[in-house]
Amino acid sequence: MFMDAESMKLLAAALSVGMGALAAAPSISAIARKSVEGISRNPEATSKIQPAMILAIAFTEAIAIYALVISLIILFV
Amino acid sequence: MEISLKSEVIKVILGFPITNSLILSLSSAFIIIVGSFLIVRSLKLIPSKIQNGFEIIVEAILDFMSQTLGDRELAKKFFPVVAAIFLFILLNNWLGVLPGTGSIGLNETHNGKEVFVPFFRSANSDLNTTIALALIAMAAVQIYGIKKFGFSGYFSKFITLKKGPIYFFVGILELISELSKIISFSFRLFGNIFAGEVLLLIVMNLAPLFAPFPFVILEFFVGFIQALVFAMLTMMFLKVATETAH
Repeated sequence: MFMDAESMKLLAAALSVGMGALAAAPSISAIARKSVEGISRNPEATSKIQPAMILAIAFTEAIAIYALVISLIILFV
Repeated sequence: MEISLKSEVIKVILGFPITNSLILSLSSAFIIIVGSFLIVRSLKLIPSKIQNGFEIIVEAILDFMSQTLGDRELAKKFFPVVAAIFLFILLNNWLGVLPGTGSIGLNETHNGKEVFVPFFRSANSDLNTTIALALIAMAAVQIYGIKKFGFSGYFSKFITLKKGPIYFFVGILELISELSKIISFSFRLFGNIFAGEVLLLIVMNLAPLFAPFPFVILEFFVGFIQALVFAMLTMMFLKVATETAH
């Protein structure tokens, strides 16, 4: 049987970061898609759109990073 | 190949443990403070090349801030906190990517096991540093708000008893969101930099000759972006805390 604690730990760590990545990827691509569309419609507004895009991507990435931290804690603590 | 979440203690001086991340964060603080002191001591109206370089950095940060805030005077008011946080985190991250971090160390025995203790470790890969930075940033936001509105004027944003029950709950939610900002600041920076260290460690263990090159460039870039995001978020929260609401 594969239900002992060690293999559950490995499974939990892998699943945690996998699901975090699964949630982050379409969100970041949606942000990038809309901001590139905005830049292409109005190239003069690039300097206003770019900081907002970078901020939004960092926020979204942070949520995936929370999942990564949990998986690291599961593995190493 | 061990990966430890806590940074390893190198030596205990006078009862105070010196960890390997403390060494690097002290070095980056030393570089910033001593460098600025030496430049400011000999300021000239027509700048020398080194002074020109520092002026380019200061001007770039101030221009970026005034572009995002829209007001140059406000940017000058917030500049010390934001630029200090940005430069400190940037130098921490970039010093942690240099070769020698994580590889130069000693083999010690802890509890009967052979452990490798590196001398240098990226300063932001230690949760203590990032929590300290997050606390400083949020404390600065509160202090700027109190300085502008007065003690009771600023805290009436969180605890309002005169406008009805809905506004009371909105105030409590604002209080909780201030606390959650501390957690999100520290864990964003810690997660990014620690994951980068683990990635570099694993890649250098697997294929040490040419494969680490794109990963080192990635870590360089990620370090810059994380410093930028931390500083920009601090600036946004400062602006929100000091503007007259509604």
